Amino acid sequence: MSLKLGVPSKGRLMDKTFGWFEKRGITLSRSGSDREYAGKVEGIDGVSLILLSAGEIPRELAAGRIHLGVTGIDLVHEKLPRWEQQVEEISQLGFGKADLIIATPACWVDVDTLDDLDAAAAAFRKTHGHRLRIATKYHRLVREFLTDAGVADYTLVDSQGATEGTVMNETAEAIADITSTGETLRANHLKILTDGLILQSQATLWRSRVAKCDPETKATLNALLDRLR
Amino acid sequence: MPNRSQIQARAAMMRVRFEAAGAQVVDPPLLQPADTLLDLYGEDIRARAYVTSDALRGEQMLRPDFTLPVVQMHMSDGAEPARYTYSGEVFRRQEHDPDRSNEYIQVGYEVFDRNDPAGADAEVFSLLALQLRGLPLRAATGDIGILTAAVEGLKTTDRRKAALMRHLWRPRRFRVLLDRFAGRKPGPEGRDSLLDAENPLDPDIPMIGKRRASEIEARIAALREDRDTPPISDNELVGLETLLNVRETMPFALEQLRDVAVDLPQITPALDRLEARIASLQARGVDVERLDFEAAYGRTSMEYYDGFVFGFYAEGRPDLPPIATGGRYDALTRQLGNGAEIPAVGGVIRPDLMLEIEEDAR
Repeated sequence: MSLKLGVPSKGRLMDKTFGWFEKRGITLSRSGSDREYAGKVEGIDGVSLILLSAGEIPRELAAGRIHLGVTGIDLVHEKLPRWEQQVEEISQLGFGKADLIIATPACWVDVDTLDDLDAAAAAFRKTHGHRLRIATKYHRLVREFLTDAGVADYTLVDSQGATEGTVMNETAEAIADITSTGETLRANHLKILTDGLILQSQATLWRSRVAKCDPETKATLNALLDRLR
Repeated sequence: MPNRSQIQARAAMMRVRFEAAGAQVVDPPLLQPADTLLDLYGEDIRARAYVTSDALRGEQMLRPDFTLPVVQMHMSDGAEPARYTYSGEVFRRQEHDPDRSNEYIQVGYEVFDRNDPAGADAEVFSLLALQLRGLPLRAATGDIGILTAAVEGLKTTDRRKAALMRHLWRPRRFRVLLDRFAGRKPGPEGRDSLLDAENPLDPDIPMIGKRRASEIEARIAALREDRDTPPISDNELVGLETLLNVRETMPFALEQLRDVAVDLPQITPALDRLEARIASLQARGVDVERLDFEAAYGRTSMEYYDGFVFGFYAEGRPDLPPIATGGRYDALTRQLGNGAEIPAVGGVIRPDLMLEIEEDAR
């Protein structure tokens, strides 16, 4: 049985993850063509590389189908309600940094805080006959954050991409999404609420607390973690 | 752990007893249209109920409780007065505590009656207490109507009162609002210059979205009005705080609340109703001298209760949810009644938890 390491299968996140492991003397690479999702690990024995969509890594860790996985804090917290029991954070990798925030149109000069958002939502519902819509793909995190803050009269609408555009298209009044520089927000005439930071995320290496380990895998895991920490 | 057939047998037995007390058996569908629930509870319900859907009927929820469908059924074709009983599964999403059931049986009793609300409160409470007799339970009671009356009677603007009423069920947000209306908490930075500006809307920022400039201007006008409103007086604040801290056996609680009514005279009619309820409970043989009353009780539960509220808790098992809960929900009948309304009160028992406690005791 080999130790299974799950890594994002595409783009900058994959490249930077490969780079992070490289610095620690472990070479990860995609075998064969660029289109093939199989990988190879050099520099340590007994580890196999599983290339996956970053969004699926939390689920695979929670199911114990991979022992280690690299994915964002945002995805782990959103998809695993009991993440502390299911995974252990090994190391934050220092890239893929992004904040999950709540943003409203910049033209809402009367709205700076969650308190204002709540008041605006109450008036909006009275005027328009429906709740103020917040577009997001982070349903659980946003709902818990707003419940905790005591914001009412809103509804979450699902948006899996181009979330910043939903306000202009009038399919939502505000958004909750990840941002790194805030440039896309500004380009879409949106602003962040001063107390609207839900979560600071970055690419992180996680260990599954439920994945089965035979003695040999356990030894590989310890050897690997010694070099990574 | 009790098995399913034991739980069902206990549920059936309790329902028969409620029938014997004069209730008609009802059996609402498991799938409920999601709109009504979403409209009442907002996004929070999604964290508590299972949502499913089909192309024809849209979003449906697996029944998270019976009260709502029973009220809807009564408001559309119920005779008056009416008493209903039911027993069946309810479904609750659980995301944090794997030990909490996501499906369990409730047995309930609901009274729709215009005459003698104090009597109806006492009837529901004492019938439930009778079903639970002999179990090591502690009962807690409260009355949302007293807090509502206190807020509605504050000497301040209707806008402030409406804002407080809207967050009566969210104690933290209620606190923040109260602090602000009492002048104890400054507004966000830059707020003053916004409100002082002759033209607060920024012409350089494009207007986007469905919330129009007129709505932004209306809110600014409201904020200006609020800034010029004198703070809620210390007297009223202290009164509210004292009220929320009342936690005593029923007769002593009433006494303390009568003292609060010196500063908040608006709660007197609600206290008269509490007094009538105590008398009705006593007339039904409830030992009110030992029954707890907490003025803040029921504030964090589902927001349809607006008067008497109660719950029965297992002594020595703080890990268990309440074994039985109930309360008055007059406003809910108004919201779902299309112009009609009727005073209503009811409660539910969980037979699975009863059996679990009985096992513990053996």
